[in-house]
Amino acid sequence: MAGFGKTLGRAVTWPLTLVARAVDPPLRVWQRWTGTGGMAAVFLAPNLAIFGVFVLIPLVLNFVYSMTGGTGILLDQRSFIGMEQYGRLLECEDYTRRITCREDQFWTAVTNTATFVIFQVTLMVTVSLITALILNRNIRGRGFFRAVFFFPVLLSPVVVGLIWRWILQRQGLLNLITVNLGLEPEVWLNDRFYAFAATVGVSTWAHMGFYTLILLAGLQAIPRDLYEAAEMDATPPMRVFRRITLPLLGPNFAVVLVLALIRGVQIFDEVYVLTGGGPGTSTLYLTQYIYEVGFASILRNPGLAAAASILMGAVLVVLTLLQLWFSRRAEGRRAR
Amino acid sequence: MSRILTFVFRRRGHGGRWHWTDIATWIWLIGGTILMFGPALWLVASSFKGPAQLAEFPPTLLPYIQQTAVVEGYDAPLPLYTATLEDGSVEVLAEIRRIGVNSQMVDPENPGERINVNIADRSPVREIGFATGNYVEPLVANNFLRFLWNSVFVTTMATLITLLTNSMAAFALSKYRFRGRDAVMLLIVATLMVPLSVILVPLYSVVNATGLLNTLWGVILPTVATPTGVFLLRQYMLTIPDELLEAARMDHASEWQIYWRIVLPLAAPALAVLAIFSVVWRWNDFLWPLIVLSQREHYTLQVGLNTYAGELNVQWHYILAMTVVTMIPVVLVFVFLQRFITTGIAGAGIK
Repeated sequence: MAGFGKTLGRAVTWPLTLVARAVDPPLRVWQRWTGTGGMAAVFLAPNLAIFGVFVLIPLVLNFVYSMTGGTGILLDQRSFIGMEQYGRLLECEDYTRRITCREDQFWTAVTNTATFVIFQVTLMVTVSLITALILNRNIRGRGFFRAVFFFPVLLSPVVVGLIWRWILQRQGLLNLITVNLGLEPEVWLNDRFYAFAATVGVSTWAHMGFYTLILLAGLQAIPRDLYEAAEMDATPPMRVFRRITLPLLGPNFAVVLVLALIRGVQIFDEVYVLTGGGPGTSTLYLTQYIYEVGFASILRNPGLAAAASILMGAVLVVLTLLQLWFSRRAEGRRAR
Repeated sequence: MSRILTFVFRRRGHGGRWHWTDIATWIWLIGGTILMFGPALWLVASSFKGPAQLAEFPPTLLPYIQQTAVVEGYDAPLPLYTATLEDGSVEVLAEIRRIGVNSQMVDPENPGERINVNIADRSPVREIGFATGNYVEPLVANNFLRFLWNSVFVTTMATLITLLTNSMAAFALSKYRFRGRDAVMLLIVATLMVPLSVILVPLYSVVNATGLLNTLWGVILPTVATPTGVFLLRQYMLTIPDELLEAARMDHASEWQIYWRIVLPLAAPALAVLAIFSVVWRWNDFLWPLIVLSQREHYTLQVGLNTYAGELNVQWHYILAMTVVTMIPVVLVFVFLQRFITTGIAGAGIK
């Protein structure tokens, strides 16, 4: 088996080695010509080129798009209209009533996303923290259980969405349970409340393993002697948790919180497959709104989608800066 | 048995005494295991059921196949039922056709005589069996084989390019001092703030302008310059001692040779972690392929699955089977390589 693996590895790397050998002579000439500085440029070039074309240019273009009108996707088919798209997104006659807004779908998506994020992040952080605390205890098979909670993280969002659509349908597994409990079967995803709850629950199910791992790493970095000292003093467990675990876990906890917020704001894939934003617009979240306005709907408006994505991006930038700040603090603590 | 249980539940330290927290711990862990694996197992079990069985309620745990029998005088094999006859006797009969609430049946042993049975008085003869057609038919007839190939192509190519370009950039950023190095690092950090979902519209027009729309390369290229990959590899390469590089330079190795023959092999563990991540990311990608690919023959598995699952009349027996196929590579990664990923996340906080 190992021999086979080695042969396979060689078969894959062999053509690559040939290419690597072939590029060496010209690069040697280049190196003699420009020195190591020139070589640094060569090494950086492919990554930066791809990065520039597919991240930086779009980033700049996004602002341009958000200030143009029309239905065409190519820039030369579009006309400059200034801040009109933003105005359209944000304009409401009466800000307490969504219906009076010019783009009421956008406001529906914003309020849905905000509600989703509040519930999902709370649930996610709570469940992950409990799981991490439990996995941090002296239990048998800790590695196994850590893997168990991580399993859904690897599944693709489409698979996650379909698995749960199958469970929540009329003849599904959940109805088997409700019927056995003596309740009426329900078409869960046709109900506004249950569909929303499903998006919260399913996305938590799919991602909690990831946050559990980060929290567990934080818990394991807390020095054991602190707990031993607390045990000597017969400190009650709740106080140990409040006075030792929580404060020392703090930075990791903050990273998890902000990461969950960032991912929550962008939620799309599994919800799109699970509910498609429905019933009605009750699980329509921001990314789906952008996708539909920009690409999927018949009356598409790329400019409006770009404007909406810039507003979402602004929120994400703030959250990411927070995350970087917190993770730097978490690292500093670990180094100490 | 009881010895196994004592072994599993024995607590370390604290002697043998049970505290209520131990019980809560095990409830949480066992409940969690069921909740985490159960849905996927249910999917696998369901994927082997035929369409008729999938529509049943309550659902059965295991897949069954209705038995059929070849009866003299009939071309197609007939489905078998256990029927309760008027005289109260129970017999295994083959159904010829159904008329309203009546089923016209025949005894396979004695095909001459037809018997009318009320459909409430018969139940299908079934045996545990696997409806493998769920897997074979969509792969052959509904171009899922094409989707599978597209997914494999995208995943392999994207991973190879990611490994190459990211490791080159990481090498430059960890082993050279040059003007603007910090600026490049900052630029890469900054992209962490620009997830794909924020630049969908302009990215689409860039991909359109480069002629990559509706091609697999249009799916691959925008995803390969990952900042996390550059970070992970750079952190690792910083630990490779510079003396090694100096020694190679003494022997007139070119910078490219140093990268290719010294640094890359030494960075193999980090490359392996990035490769695993990249395979999972690219295999699971959905939103971007959904936007770029609009012709069926270019669909990846994820997009194809979503399209078939979004049809008005969902053919669940095919969808479930193809979902299992989509899940296979990821399950393999989970079984064999899960350890690398979990340590990768705990160490660097990447996903």
